Amino acid sequence: MNAVRRAGRWVRWYVRELTDESAYERYVAHVRQHQGADAPVPSRREFERQRQDAREGDPREGFRCC
Amino acid sequence: MSSTAQQARQPKWRSVVIWTAVALIGAVGWAMLALARGEEISAAWMVAAALGSYAIGYRFYARFIATRVLRVDKTRATPAERLDNGIDFHPTDRRVLLGHHFAAIAGAGPLVGPVLAAQMGYLPGTIWIVAGVILAGAVQDMVTLFFSMRRDGKSLGQMAREEIGPVGGAAALLAVLAIMIILLAVLALVVVNALAESPWGTFSIGMTIPIALFMGFYLRVLRPGRVTEVSVIGIALLLLALVAGRWVAESSWADTFTLEPGTLVIWILVYSFIASILPVWMLLAPRDYLSTFMKIGTIGLLAVGVILTLPTLKMAGITDFAGVGDGPVFAGSLFPFAFITIACGALSGFHALISSGTTPKMIQKETQVRMIGYGSMLMESFVAVMAMVAACIIDPGLYFAMNAPAGVIGDTVQSASEAVRHLDYTISPEELAAAAKAVEEQSLLSRTGGAPTLAIGVSNIFSEVFGGAGMKAFWYHFAIMFEALFILTALDAGTRVGRFMLQDMLGNVYKPFRRISWWPGLLLSSAIVVGLWGYFLWVGVHEPLGGINQLFPLFGIANQLLAAVALAVCTTLLIKSGRLKWAWVTAVPLAWDAVVTLTASWQKVFSSDPKVGFFQQRADYQQAIEAGKVIPPAKNMDDMHTVVTNSTVDGVLSALFALLVIIVLVDATRTCVKAIRHPEATKLTEAPYVESKLVEPAGLFATKEEKAEQQAALAAAGTSRTGPGQDTR
Repeated sequence: MNAVRRAGRWVRWYVRELTDESAYERYVAHVRQHQGADAPVPSRREFERQRQDAREGDPREGFRCC
Repeated sequence: MSSTAQQARQPKWRSVVIWTAVALIGAVGWAMLALARGEEISAAWMVAAALGSYAIGYRFYARFIATRVLRVDKTRATPAERLDNGIDFHPTDRRVLLGHHFAAIAGAGPLVGPVLAAQMGYLPGTIWIVAGVILAGAVQDMVTLFFSMRRDGKSLGQMAREEIGPVGGAAALLAVLAIMIILLAVLALVVVNALAESPWGTFSIGMTIPIALFMGFYLRVLRPGRVTEVSVIGIALLLLALVAGRWVAESSWADTFTLEPGTLVIWILVYSFIASILPVWMLLAPRDYLSTFMKIGTIGLLAVGVILTLPTLKMAGITDFAGVGDGPVFAGSLFPFAFITIACGALSGFHALISSGTTPKMIQKETQVRMIGYGSMLMESFVAVMAMVAACIIDPGLYFAMNAPAGVIGDTVQSASEAVRHLDYTISPEELAAAAKAVEEQSLLSRTGGAPTLAIGVSNIFSEVFGGAGMKAFWYHFAIMFEALFILTALDAGTRVGRFMLQDMLGNVYKPFRRISWWPGLLLSSAIVVGLWGYFLWVGVHEPLGGINQLFPLFGIANQLLAAVALAVCTTLLIKSGRLKWAWVTAVPLAWDAVVTLTASWQKVFSSDPKVGFFQQRADYQQAIEAGKVIPPAKNMDDMHTVVTNSTVDGVLSALFALLVIIVLVDATRTCVKAIRHPEATKLTEAPYVESKLVEPAGLFATKEEKAEQQAALAAAGTSRTGPGQDTR
């Protein structure tokens, strides 16, 4: 049972990492670690917008092959 | 360090036994493939030959390149560690990055090429896929990844300019733009051929647009960033659209969605233009999620299906078309055209664009380039092997009826059966009609481009595992949707990349072009890019000699040309960084690739066989026009003039591609000779050494020593700080 739960947790972690769903948490953790625990961070909505707009700026990021 | 080296030099008996067994499995697989004469053999041998060879290549050759040639250094911090900003530069778990990188390199390419190359039999294509990836393709990906990583993720174009010189760099840039145009045209042609006259397919693919719009809205407004849940909703809607496609095809709406190739071209061009100027979040980003999930899911299912059913290969090992070079799918003999037709899966220049750019900014450890660069490419190669299996398990008669141009096949099952008989294969008109009916298509004649053939193979494999013969039509359309979905995404993304490069070039002439938010420039450059590939798509659809037949070799040449650029950059860098002794690792694949590309271009330009040489073709048709004659497969004088125009354009392009390869090669040679003569004067633009603090394993599974190192590092860190989420792994 424990093994099943662990496997489930691993799959969830993997999917979130692969889809970059965890990008926001990673970014907040990064800012907190480098600029102190009460450094200002964007809201998730703002962060995701910035990320999408950055892709607009350089379409080569995230480009996929044939 | 010295004790581990000693251990490595004295191989343990267990490892010797295991690797001997692996080598034997591969060897037996190859022996069965090569020695089978006249009898049908199981696909199991192909899988065994491929997997055995990959394992040996990964274990020995890739390791040799990593440790001896590149001298990867686990104490050196990667750009992800040094420049970590929590956004695009961040150390990513190696297993996640493997998924990322694989999803980025594998697309329609490895599925299309092998299907077309199957006209020469399964053996030449399979040998090239497996040997090519081990010795050339995976090496290119890994070495490019390594050098880009040492340069903070610089792109291939930038590396060519900085390390080879401005001329070679400019030629490389032009090559990238040219290959992008041809690539997009050929991919779009594959979609047109798959969806033409197919209401089921057209409806389901059309529905992906509202589905993607909904997902985009969900992610932007409703619940930003919740990618997994919106993807699950999207996939469910996608499957619903697939099922609904059948209802539509059987209803009175069927006529609305039954489109001619010419109409589809217009729709695809309009779609791509609009999609490429809309914000990324509306269509492109959600489509990307959908196609990535579909891609990984379908490829996984296919691997399971092939291994569970182990179907029998019906195609011969080597057909007569390999020697004579008069095959209906594409013209030209085994050398060089088999090696041109299969690019992705064996050696694909396009991957160098992925290996330099996003991935090097995310890699945790230098030692992981073997797993990410070499390993992902082996996985893609296996996708190509599966495509080869899918193409070779269907009846060869059906294969040729589907893949020969309409000019050869005619438009009735009777004429097709007759034409196939002329090719020395047999299929009765009834069997042709039954095959189309089984997948609920009006006709399967001349459905060139590889996607429909692959879909037939996939539906045979899947329906044997899941659902039986009744599900054949569903799986056929599932496979079509899966390919069309990511090709349409590629059309949008590729148009954007082409536009970006064009804006940059036009910016040299008129400054505002460079501002990506300047609307007139944006619209104009988008229209130019869509117009360019749209021209080739239009030509391909109306080509009397068959669009795939004429254009696919150009696509292959362009892709291999890019591989030549990438391998030239790698070789130059190996020499400039004092690794002359090992330069053959990329120089030999480069030499092979240059010979293949240049021979193919030479034949395409100068061959006196009108089926191969574009200018001979032009001359023959021009002469006939002057004499007032019509040469079949052209039907009238208009067709004759079309052939003359198209062969001229295609011939000029072949010559241009060859010229670009030669410029890059000459410039690279000049730089290399200079570096060998004056090693003290060479400038490397490598990022300086910074010591790494991360402790991470190199391969998929951590070795005993790596686990001990990780534990020691954790214990050391544990005293000062307990990291959040360390137990999430």
